[in-house]
Amino acid sequence: MHEKAPLIRIAKRDDLPKYKVWLIRLAALLLAIAIGGLLFLIVRTNPITAYGEMLKGSLGKKTGIRQIVKTAIPLLGTALALAPCFKMRYWNIGAEGQITMGAMGAGYFALFWYDKLPSPVLLVVMGLAGIVCGGLWAAIPAVFKARWGTNETLFTLMMNYIAIGIVAWLQGGPWEGKPGSQIIPTFNKAAVLPKALGVNCGWIIVLLLTVFMFVYMRYTKHGYEVAVLGGSENTARYAGMNVARVTVRTAVLSGAISGLVGFMVASGTHMTLYSSVAGGVGFTAITVCWLAQLNPFAMVAIAAMLAVLSRGASTLQTSLKVPASISDMITGIILLCMLGCEFFINYRLIFRGHHERAGEPQRAGGAEGPDKKETEEGR
Amino acid sequence: MENSHAIELKGITKRFGKVVANDAVDLYLDRGVIMSLLGENGSGKTTLMNMLSGIYFPDEGQIFVDGKPVTIASPKDAFANGIGMIHQHFKLVDVFTAAENVALGLSDGSYDLKRVEDGIRGISDKYGFGIDPKKKIYSMSVSEKQTVEIIKVLYRGANVLILDEPTAVLTPQEIKRLFRILRAMRDDGKAIILITHKLNEVMEISDVVAVMRKGRHIRTVRTAETTPQALTEMMVGKAVSLNITRFDPVDPKPRLTVAGLTCRDSEGVKKLDNVGFIAYGGEILGIAGIAGSGQKELLETVAGLRRAEKGSIIYSPEGKPPEELVGKTPMQIRDAGVALAFVPEDRLGMGLVGAMGMTDNMMLRSWNKGRGVFVDRKTPEKLANQVLDFLEVVTPGIDYPVRKLSGGNVQKVLVGREIASSPSVLMSAYAVRGLDINTSYIIYNLMSGQKARGVAVIFVGEDLDVLLELCDRILVLCGGKVSGIVDARTATKEQIGLLMTKVGGKEEA
Repeated sequence: MHEKAPLIRIAKRDDLPKYKVWLIRLAALLLAIAIGGLLFLIVRTNPITAYGEMLKGSLGKKTGIRQIVKTAIPLLGTALALAPCFKMRYWNIGAEGQITMGAMGAGYFALFWYDKLPSPVLLVVMGLAGIVCGGLWAAIPAVFKARWGTNETLFTLMMNYIAIGIVAWLQGGPWEGKPGSQIIPTFNKAAVLPKALGVNCGWIIVLLLTVFMFVYMRYTKHGYEVAVLGGSENTARYAGMNVARVTVRTAVLSGAISGLVGFMVASGTHMTLYSSVAGGVGFTAITVCWLAQLNPFAMVAIAAMLAVLSRGASTLQTSLKVPASISDMITGIILLCMLGCEFFINYRLIFRGHHERAGEPQRAGGAEGPDKKETEEGR
Repeated sequence: MENSHAIELKGITKRFGKVVANDAVDLYLDRGVIMSLLGENGSGKTTLMNMLSGIYFPDEGQIFVDGKPVTIASPKDAFANGIGMIHQHFKLVDVFTAAENVALGLSDGSYDLKRVEDGIRGISDKYGFGIDPKKKIYSMSVSEKQTVEIIKVLYRGANVLILDEPTAVLTPQEIKRLFRILRAMRDDGKAIILITHKLNEVMEISDVVAVMRKGRHIRTVRTAETTPQALTEMMVGKAVSLNITRFDPVDPKPRLTVAGLTCRDSEGVKKLDNVGFIAYGGEILGIAGIAGSGQKELLETVAGLRRAEKGSIIYSPEGKPPEELVGKTPMQIRDAGVALAFVPEDRLGMGLVGAMGMTDNMMLRSWNKGRGVFVDRKTPEKLANQVLDFLEVVTPGIDYPVRKLSGGNVQKVLVGREIASSPSVLMSAYAVRGLDINTSYIIYNLMSGQKARGVAVIFVGEDLDVLLELCDRILVLCGGKVSGIVDARTATKEQIGLLMTKVGGKEEA
């Protein structure tokens, strides 16, 4: 009973050099790809062919690239919208609803004002309507949080279903096209975002937004307030910040950008409005935002990567008859590995009997705390 | 085996990453002996004791109990070997009685409250605890709760008791009582280890002193054969002068006149009750009291962070008309020259953002200055460099997250920033919490330096000896009321201790 050290112990690491951190992340990505390969094997497909098809189908053709950009636009836009909220530790998971409401605001002008305004003016008005509607939708849970301390996570989540319900009602009721069709008619050409380089010009808007968000978070007073509040509410109060105002303002900004994304997807991608116009972007964007660790420029890359994955998956479906949902699974695996690897950046595992320093007798190894837990991937 | 030690540690080493918390520690303790484990914060005392009590597991080395090698991999193993630790923060269920708390987690599986109650009475009579096993925890004083913790350990049959800074939360009178109990247990053949850094207590209670420094066990000496000065030198590793410069206040003028100040917390409990005092420019006003007597609330109310229900705070800056601070925003109050350096228990929760570097933390004071939407990072950067040089902050760079700095450096950043704003009132709470002796004295002398500049310094401290040495006057809070203001040059510790529990005897948990 002399030596009975726990099998695996967890110990905190010192700061790793930058390159090692990136090596760990790279390893996590490779691991994710390998696990994805296993998935392909399960559905009886050669993983190498499958990955090759995905790349060919997505990046190999011009139309493929256009599709990718089109998919990436709302992802990036919404991830940017979420960044200040998450920095503030305000868990806005209501981007889906904010996009939907933005699309609805834009849709109103697209449907009923297209013949009254010249196209450029109409588009600007639609964009503004998206911003206002998205912002207002986000303001509701934020005000409740600021005044009565309600839980924003549940609140914003529930607001999604209400927003989707409202549009579903419009779709089958007041805004219905042909009676009984349950469909809102396609927007008039005047209300459709013009193309630039073959894709709707939303990509220009989101790239501008990327720069804006970077500057906003890093160099402005607002951005500083958000960071301090996210760090510690007590410190923010101590520094004389108006916590309620910062909370509401940031949430509204986030909702407004999501609303603008709603305008872009309605006008640029779908050219109409329907209840699932946001199509899950509001949730996928959370992934983008975290994988990029709230860095706007990294979000560009992550959004593009996820767009490649989803585009590649749809080619797989046609060429190799592999279900497209496999891309969702691979996305999930990548997310799990990437977030899980942060654990290995901060901690290391010591196995029983492992000698830390040579030349000394007998090692028992030590537990890092009373919680000697077996670690699994993804914590 | 009668001649073997109650506890013996051989070559115990524990690392956290690159940090070696304990380095080949050899230590032993006999029955019937009270040992003080003395060392500065970060010297590895608590880590070492946590290995005895099964919270950590040593990387190297062997623990012997009564001469037999043992493996302590969990608190359960520790109990099985008769080792019990009384932590600084009590681990008791408030709505349970003393007996129910003791019965919790007894490993024999039975839940026989009657037997536990009898057992507690037995222990209580034996050592003179005077604890009613049926009393609920929430209606107990801090000292009684601590007693329950001790009983909990004794009931489980501990022969070796480890107490982590047991006196930190007690008044001088309660400390006397605790020491009586400890002596009774020693005479009964228990081995007792006290983790502490208060030298006078070490001298009073212990039979032997083991001094730790930087993870190493420096020496164990008999208390009777040493002096506080010698112990300090062992602790710090070099000769230090334990002198605080205190000169008489020059031309003190009322700077802050507080009257009838009352405030409640969010649950409606009165935290300050009709508090009144005057703080003079050019003096240090100490504030003493049991933890949670309203010190924090008082400073927060003056700083505008807490709403005053009643009362007034008149601020009379040099050469300007007096103004009322109640009703002003924290920003206005700070801009008027009232600075607050509050070091909370976690050191970061208020006043600093852990994830940010020094520059951005300096900016907490100036972020709103200047027009335009952009922040000015140049000025705080300059300030950060000044503080870095002036207070010798050890950091890889001014943009390195302060959360990763050692406690002392974090506090230097905080206090340095507040002093750099050249305030005319400087309030500091627990400014030396967890600091090593040298840094503590740097801070004390910074406070004196501010006093020399004519600043009204309000100093909330935990160590009465220091308050008596550093301050000009000491205000004692008890249950949110001022129970007395004494002259620090003539007052005694006993006098302050009485004041700390005076008003209605209401004690705060």
